[in-house]
Amino acid sequence: MQPAAYTVDVKDGLLRLVATGDWLARHLGPLDADLRNLEDDSVGRELIIDISNIGRIDTAGAMVLERVLQSCDRRTDLSKIVGATAAHQKLLQDVRPHLAPCEVEPAHRNAFLMMTNRLGKGVLEGYYVAIEILNFIGLTLTTLLRVLQDPKRLRVTSIVYHMEEAGIDAMPIVGLMSFMIGAVVAFMGAKILRLFNAEVFTVELVGISVLREFGVLLAAILVAGRSGSAFTASIGTMKIREEIDALRALGLDPIEVLVLPRTIALVVFMPILAFMAAIVGVIGGGVVAAAAMEISPAFFVGRLQETIAMSNFWVGLIKAPFFAFVIAIIGCYQGMEVEGSAESLGQRTTLSVVQSLFVVIILDAFFAMFFLEIDF
Amino acid sequence: MAIEGTFEPVIEVEGLRTQFGDNIIHDNLDLVVRRNEIIGVVGGSGTGKSVLMRAIIGLKRPSAGTVRIFGENFYEKTPREQIEIERRWGVMFQGGALFSSLTVAQNVMAPINEHLKLPRGLAADIAAMKISMSGLPPDAGAKFPSELSGGMNKRAGLARALALDPEIVFLDEPTAGLDPIGAEKFDRLIVSLKESLGLTVFMVTHDLDTLHATCDRVAVLAEKRVIAIGALDEVRRSDHPWIQEYFSGPRGRAALSAKAIDGGPAEKD
Repeated sequence: MQPAAYTVDVKDGLLRLVATGDWLARHLGPLDADLRNLEDDSVGRELIIDISNIGRIDTAGAMVLERVLQSCDRRTDLSKIVGATAAHQKLLQDVRPHLAPCEVEPAHRNAFLMMTNRLGKGVLEGYYVAIEILNFIGLTLTTLLRVLQDPKRLRVTSIVYHMEEAGIDAMPIVGLMSFMIGAVVAFMGAKILRLFNAEVFTVELVGISVLREFGVLLAAILVAGRSGSAFTASIGTMKIREEIDALRALGLDPIEVLVLPRTIALVVFMPILAFMAAIVGVIGGGVVAAAAMEISPAFFVGRLQETIAMSNFWVGLIKAPFFAFVIAIIGCYQGMEVEGSAESLGQRTTLSVVQSLFVVIILDAFFAMFFLEIDF
Repeated sequence: MAIEGTFEPVIEVEGLRTQFGDNIIHDNLDLVVRRNEIIGVVGGSGTGKSVLMRAIIGLKRPSAGTVRIFGENFYEKTPREQIEIERRWGVMFQGGALFSSLTVAQNVMAPINEHLKLPRGLAADIAAMKISMSGLPPDAGAKFPSELSGGMNKRAGLARALALDPEIVFLDEPTAGLDPIGAEKFDRLIVSLKESLGLTVFMVTHDLDTLHATCDRVAVLAEKRVIAIGALDEVRRSDHPWIQEYFSGPRGRAALSAKAIDGGPAEKD
């Protein structure tokens, strides 16, 4: 197998290109630049391409030869390809109508404009998404009111199913995480408090932080990652397969059938998860206190009862249904926004987790300020 | 069929068995595909037409039997040799399977850039030619797959399959989901590409019209093997119940009677 090669000579103002070797795509790389120069030079001249000594040729080779030929100015019919076998001739003929180049990438625009454009779009989108989520909340609440007028329409089976799926199944992981966090807080706290000879305050540290914040926050974060995304994925898949449209066409309200059971299940079950997380977190702290410090479990519990106001516990629990509500709403909303492709499903699922975590943490900050102000 | 011995086989499947777990898809399946023919593989749903294609192109390892392509057993080759063989065929998957993050032209250039060291301009020229040959307008090159219709996606998938001037092209349901006009254009495109590029085409299809319009031979898959293979008229004469039902049902008859105008055997209605 001989790589493609060619020679050019000029005779009586007539360019003559003699091609040899195999004109296959893989050999053409080194020739391309020279051939393009030749194309530029041959404008206005006559060119004869002799391929009688050519070996094999594929469409790429034929295209290049045709391209060179067409680059010259063909006012007379002197310019041509000679020496082609019947098979070569057919290939050249087949390639000829397809020489026009096409764009490879979408037209580029000014980078600065595109950047500002994206920024503006992002801001506007944030605004619209906020409005739409408020809209969706309203829609869900009015649907809830309508369903409550006729409680038989409450889908109990579905609610219980989602409680199991999003709640009970999440208990082991939430418990484990919470235990770890409680243990870590106790450990770190003890290490620093020891410097002040105030190791006993570890109990307050664990009690207040876990009951007030960490328990419920951990539960919310895990539920957003586990169930919020699952809501988006399952509703989004239904959207792609036109199941949502099928529901509507059957006279069923997708909000009532899909969104309400998930929301109710999560709102009802989240306080239970948060409760468990808080208790297990405190136990985690207690275990570390007993194992690594001289704080016996009995002393730990006693001091907990003495010094931690019940309000800390309630603050944690009160937040749970609110977190659950926004997680469920955002998960379902993003599911409903899925369009057409699997790609969109993936994007929406990511968005659902990111947005619900964002909103949960913002909400938590508001709650913190609120409870601080009312001294609870 | 008297001159059968003169045909050069490019794909030889012998005693093929494929299975998923305990579920046997093919058992003792034989099939020979000859150079420069269009072979259509038909069969009911679940008879493993696509699985057969995947077994041939190295995506589904057979549990028994051999698959030889260009006379070589793909599964016994080193990865480097496998790439050399893969370069010699092109595959069009059912939905086009274009890479969604690339434009159509970039999709077609992907195998060229991957396998051949060519200057960008030349690769783009080759891509433009393949896109045009597949019957797409030039402005389709800069578009993303999501901006194209299903039919155009299939054409772009074909352009990508043709990018490296393959010797064999595998088409999985090329006309499924196309409107009749688009499907007919696609049929003609495949025949003309076969003639001008000397392609061998391995086509999995359900479409009777495509079968009539394009295929030199038809292989019928049933009972885990090829129960009949040959020119369409020969296969039709088989008395296997599935074949009878397939070709003599109302749809089969309609497609055949359309063919009868071109001098094919007339159908009694």
